[in-house]
Amino acid sequence: MAAADAPAGTNTGTNGFASAERSAEQDKGIQGTRSAVIVGGNRIPFARTGGAYVKSSNQDMLTAALDGLIARFGLQDERIGEVAAGAVLKHSRDFNLTREAVLGSALSPETPAYDLQQACATGLETVLGLANKIKLGQIESAIAGGVDSASDAPIAVSEGLREILLDLNRAKTSVQKLKVLARIRPKDLAPDAPNTGEPRTGLSMGEHQALTTAQWNISREAQDELAFNSHRNLAAAYERGFFDDLITPYRGLNRDSNLRADTTLEKLSTLKPVFGKNLGSEATMTAGNSTPLTDGAATVLLATEEWADSRGLPKLATVLDGEAAAVDFVHGKDGLLMAPVFAVPRLLARHGLTLEDFDFFEIHEAFAGTVLSTLAAWEDEDFGRTRLGLDGALGKVDRTKLNINGSSLAAGHPFAATGGRIVASLAKMLHEKGAVDGRPARGLISVCAAGGQGVVAILEAA
Amino acid sequence: MTDKYTKLVSQGLGKDVAKRLGLPQPVELRRHQPGAPLITGPVLVNGDSRGADDLATTLLGWGLDIRRHALPKEKLGAIVLVLDAVQHPEDLHKPVLAIGASMRDLAPNGRVITVSRTVKSAPAPASAAARQGIDGLLRSLAKELRAGATANGILLDADLATTSPSALGALRFFLSGRSAYVDGQFLTISSSSGSLPFDADKPLAGKVAVVTGAARGIGAAIARTLHRDGAKVVLVDVPAAGDHLAAVANEVHGTALQLDITRDDAGHRIIDHAVERHGRLDVVVHNAGITRDRLLANMDEGRWQSVIAVNIAAQLRINETLLASEHFKDKPRIVSVASTSGIAGNRGQTNYAASKGGVIGMVRSTAPLMESFGGTINAVAPGFIETEMTARMPFAIREAARRVNSLRQGGQPQDVAEAIAFLASDAAGGISGEVLRVCGQQLVGA
Repeated sequence: MAAADAPAGTNTGTNGFASAERSAEQDKGIQGTRSAVIVGGNRIPFARTGGAYVKSSNQDMLTAALDGLIARFGLQDERIGEVAAGAVLKHSRDFNLTREAVLGSALSPETPAYDLQQACATGLETVLGLANKIKLGQIESAIAGGVDSASDAPIAVSEGLREILLDLNRAKTSVQKLKVLARIRPKDLAPDAPNTGEPRTGLSMGEHQALTTAQWNISREAQDELAFNSHRNLAAAYERGFFDDLITPYRGLNRDSNLRADTTLEKLSTLKPVFGKNLGSEATMTAGNSTPLTDGAATVLLATEEWADSRGLPKLATVLDGEAAAVDFVHGKDGLLMAPVFAVPRLLARHGLTLEDFDFFEIHEAFAGTVLSTLAAWEDEDFGRTRLGLDGALGKVDRTKLNINGSSLAAGHPFAATGGRIVASLAKMLHEKGAVDGRPARGLISVCAAGGQGVVAILEAA
Repeated sequence: MTDKYTKLVSQGLGKDVAKRLGLPQPVELRRHQPGAPLITGPVLVNGDSRGADDLATTLLGWGLDIRRHALPKEKLGAIVLVLDAVQHPEDLHKPVLAIGASMRDLAPNGRVITVSRTVKSAPAPASAAARQGIDGLLRSLAKELRAGATANGILLDADLATTSPSALGALRFFLSGRSAYVDGQFLTISSSSGSLPFDADKPLAGKVAVVTGAARGIGAAIARTLHRDGAKVVLVDVPAAGDHLAAVANEVHGTALQLDITRDDAGHRIIDHAVERHGRLDVVVHNAGITRDRLLANMDEGRWQSVIAVNIAAQLRINETLLASEHFKDKPRIVSVASTSGIAGNRGQTNYAASKGGVIGMVRSTAPLMESFGGTINAVAPGFIETEMTARMPFAIREAARRVNSLRQGGQPQDVAEAIAFLASDAAGGISGEVLRVCGQQLVGA
């Protein structure tokens, strides 16, 4: 494909020119010639597990979130370029979850869809993947999203029973069937429910974070304060109507049910620690400064500028770029949820930006300790030099720009839905902010994920 | 929202029993379906004025089966009584008694429509007496009709022709199933503005209409009806009703705008949404309303203020924004939902009646302000309408409320929506500052 490989005798002048241009583009990475704009988003309020959505499946919730988006932007019977969404906790019947949700929605049934799964980064990754397709000219419009239900979680039968049932299916005669059934033992009947434990360490996500929290000496007070701010900021955002065009109620819920608008630092300080109780140091992580299991769904409408303009739709922000990273948490080199610490410097370097160049930071609050450990790592000169390969610390995040409309500690965290929640909210904040010092307002998103992964992204006001 | 009684007495044994016992016998009303004829059966146009002749010619042009004199024993779809030239009460007897002889031939769900002139434009006491006499005559006749038939009147201001656009628009509305639950009412035509639709099934084609309170009940029916008539609909409701709003929006291919109309910037938000998304704004239907019923003796400030804020203060503020907007200057329409409570009063509803009476005052006072750019503003006052709200009334009270009208049944949300869709159309351009009751001629109130 390269010009150098072109057979002799072709129009070398043209080829030489094209080659130069192509390499310039390659230098910039996959930028494409057009931008992917965020038109808006819609999510259903997030509900604590076992609450308002206890009878709702992933497909129900994703369809509801889609239908709200369709109603907000008048997309009925529209053939969208592609819809991508996913869920972390998935039933086997949900093998084509997103496509099934599309078929149940008011979109054109000719809209293609695919499922994606990258643990808690699923939602953000659907945005980045679809934005890239738009930038590359493959599609003109897209809907990204995610959904999760911890209430309607799949429960598998035990491995022993599963093998017996499969053998039963293969048995031909009644005698054979009875023989197979006779193999069932009481222990086989215990169900196999999903948990948040890491397969390679056996530790839950909370216990992993407790290790990191202790490593970075994050205090109980700092964690409680972050949680308090999350609730206060989210409540204030609701009060001023910030979510009026971001949320559509579902099953009688108008607001995130985890939100405690009246919580205080005193109340948070009385909660007993739940993670890290066996680490020797003081346990600091409580139910108040950790996200609860949550049900919910979120969607984001992406498009080219032309597509949005031709329909009179808003252009809130553009998806500038994204980056994924992973850490070796298995051998304890880094904390399970610390991958964004490495993704962000790489993304900033690609664009010649520093933390000073951002107006908003959306750092997903898996745990208060995750956010604070991340910030501490970026502020640490030694870490910056030895692990990030910088001259010193990456920099400081201005706390007045951090999660200013609340984040997962208050809203809750239905794993795959969090990315959509953050992208749509940040896009609206950037649009409201407009320009800063002659440049578009800029926001940084950081989402950590199970498996030691993390995905980060930059959005700019459109 | 089924009315089991109406079903019971419409057929078979139930019909016989009800008849023998002298019980009310409501029938299923003829309601508009797209593509349905204006009216079936011959239309008797009675009257010997020039206006009557012109009207008969126009109706003939619509393909209706016109009679100028009744034929013996022939069932009539409608009777149009043209009394535009009547000068004295003594002039009434001949045309009135003539149609009297045809009353028994009026088909079920038939129509009687008078065309006369407004009292205030009468040149002399005798003509004023004759014109006011028609009012009493028509309201009484409406109470005599049976089997879903209705009687309504068209009042022409000053020298307006019987064939002026909105007179014809009103005549079509009254003849059709769109006016199923409008009975014993008058519509005043105050100008020669307006035009009949190019496509009678899509009278709102190309229009962008905003409906507040569109998530359920009457508001959802309004959105569906405006969409059926060709409009692009923006559906507004409070954020808390967003799920129902989205469902209706997706059904009518409109856009949902979650917005509390009591916000200071509600008018701007509505205009911006309509213009940015759909390029224009033609119609605003103020339907959003709440009830907080209490006897005045038990009324608290919260109940009183919230009803005033939502039902009238928000409308006033939004209208101010609309009237000041350059985007609301091309023959725009405002239609407000009032209530018969605001006209006749209702025990336990001092706050609600004050707000709905306020709507009527606002409509009358705003009409002249919209005249210069061909705009109109009108109100529709529903009576007992079968909604989720009235379904929750105690059985006996609900049954009583349903029957105390000339049609012996409650109306459907669609009936209110049809009246609003008509007032929002180009055909109603000559009608402004009016309050049209959709109440089956409820026995209380004016």
